[in-house]
Amino acid sequence: MKSLINYFKSLFEGIWNLLLGLKISMTNLLRKKVTEKYPENRKTKKQFERFRAQLTMPHNDKNEHKCIACGICEMNCPNGTIQVISRMEADPETGRNKKVLDKYIYDIGTCIYCNQCVSTCPQDAIAWSQDFEQAVFDRDRLYMQLNNPNSKVIEKPKPAPAPKAAETANN
Amino acid sequence: MFDFKIVTSWIDNLLRVDLGLDNFWTLAIEFILVGVALLAAYALIALVLIYAERKICAFFQCRIGPDRVGKWGLIQVIADMIKILTKEIIPIKRSEKLLFFLAPFFVIIGSFLTFGALPFAKGLHAIDFNIGVLYILAVSSLGVIGIVLAGWSSNNKYSLIGAMRAGAQLISYEISAGLALMTMVVLAGSMQLSTIVESQADGWFIFKGGIFALVAFVIYLIAGHAETNRGPFDLPESESELTAGYHTEYSGIMFGFYYVAEYTNLFIISAIATTMFLGGWMPLHIPGLDGFNQVMDYIPSAVWFFGKCAFCIFLALWVRWSYPRLRIDQLLKLEWKILMPISLINIAAVAVAVTI
Repeated sequence: MKSLINYFKSLFEGIWNLLLGLKISMTNLLRKKVTEKYPENRKTKKQFERFRAQLTMPHNDKNEHKCIACGICEMNCPNGTIQVISRMEADPETGRNKKVLDKYIYDIGTCIYCNQCVSTCPQDAIAWSQDFEQAVFDRDRLYMQLNNPNSKVIEKPKPAPAPKAAETANN
Repeated sequence: MFDFKIVTSWIDNLLRVDLGLDNFWTLAIEFILVGVALLAAYALIALVLIYAERKICAFFQCRIGPDRVGKWGLIQVIADMIKILTKEIIPIKRSEKLLFFLAPFFVIIGSFLTFGALPFAKGLHAIDFNIGVLYILAVSSLGVIGIVLAGWSSNNKYSLIGAMRAGAQLISYEISAGLALMTMVVLAGSMQLSTIVESQADGWFIFKGGIFALVAFVIYLIAGHAETNRGPFDLPESESELTAGYHTEYSGIMFGFYYVAEYTNLFIISAIATTMFLGGWMPLHIPGLDGFNQVMDYIPSAVWFFGKCAFCIFLALWVRWSYPRLRIDQLLKLEWKILMPISLINIAAVAVAVTI
C-alpha cells in the first residue's frame, strides 16, 4: 500500500517538475534575443564597461597623462607585455632629479588581459578601452606607444602643510 | 468547404474519358502522379521542418538562428540540402556493403508509406483503408529495421549500441502509442481514418473524450517522441556518448536520408496525433453556435490540418529543448512502469464509459 502511494506521489511530483521545466523554457523563448548582428550594428555596438579590449592611457585635453613612470605595471606584467621607458629630468623648481615617462610600450600580441597592470597602478594612469576591433594586417602594429607624443604628466598641486601636520600629530 | 475530390475526380475523368485510356493505364498513371506528389510533399515538409527546428531551437536558446542566407535565412535549408547532395558517399571498408546501402531506404520507405494513408485535407487522401490506424502503426514502425540494419552493418561499436537502443526503445514505446490510439478507436468505433475524422465534426475527440482523451493524447505524444528518437529520448544518436549513434558511418545523401526521415517522422507523429485527437482537417465546431461554425468552415481544410500539425510539432520542439536526455533504464522504466499501466487503465475506462 505504501509503495502504491509512493508510486502516485512520485508520478505527480514528476509531472509537476516537468511542467516547471516547460515553463522555464517558455520564458526563455519569449525573452529578448541576445544575438549581436555584428557587422550591421558596428556603428551602435557598445561593449560593456568592464570589457578588456586593449590597454590605454587616458590623456586630458591639455595632452597630459597621470603616469609617473614608476614601473609597477611593468613589474607586475606576467608576460613582459609592458615596457616603461623613462628618463631623468631635473625639476625646474627644486632642481632635484625626477623620473619622467619617455615611452610607454604595450605589445597587445602578448597581452593576456589579466588586469594586473590596471589594478596595481598607483595613479590610475592606465585603463581598458572597449574598442574590440583589434585585427591588423602587420604584426608591427601590435606594438603600441600608449602615451601621446610630447605629452606630460599632470603636475599635482604641491602638498599643503595641513596634511603634514596631521601626519605628525598621528605619529 | 473546398473538397479535393473535385480535383482528383477531374484528373480521373480526364484520363478515362478524354484520353480514352483503359483501366490499367489510368490506374498506372494515377499511381505515379500520387507517388510523385507524395514524394514532393515529403521533401518539402522535411525542408520546412528543418528550418522551423533550427529557428525555434534558436529562439529557445535566446539566439536568432540562421539569418544570413536569404531573408531570415530562408534559403539556408536549401543551401544545406545542395551541400549534402554534392557530398561524397564514403563506403566503409569492413562494413556489410549490401545492408549498409540498403538501410537508409528502409527508413525512408517506412515513413513514406505512412504518407499515403494520412488524410491531409477534405478529399485529399491517397488511400483510405478500413484498418487505417493499424496500417499506420505497423508501417511507421518499419523504420526501426533500417536503423538496426544501419547499426549492424556499419561494423562500429557506437553504431551498434545506438541501434540496439533504438530497437529497445521502439518496441517498448510502440505499446503505449498503440494503446493510446486504440482509446480513440474505441471512442470513434472505427479504424478507418476518414470515419474517425468525420465523427469529430461536432467536436474534436480531445474535447469530446474528456479526461480520457487528454491522458491518451499526452501518452501518445510522449510515446511518439520516443519513437522518432527525438527530444529527451534521443539515446540512439546521443551525440555526447555515441558520436552520432546508428548513422555515424554514413555520409552524403545516405546521411541526408536519415536526416530527412527524422523530420518527416516528427511530422507523421504530429499528423497522426492531429487526425486522432485534434480532429484532422475538421474545423473547430462548437455545437449550438451555428454562426461560429460557418465562419470556421470558410478556412480551408488543409490549413486546419497543417495548423494543428504545426501546433503538435511545436509541442515536440518545446519538449525537446526543455529536458535533458534520459538514461536507458529511466527510459524503459518510464514506459513499462508508468505509461503502459496508465494507458491500459485508460483504455479500460474508456471501454466501460462507451458501453454505458
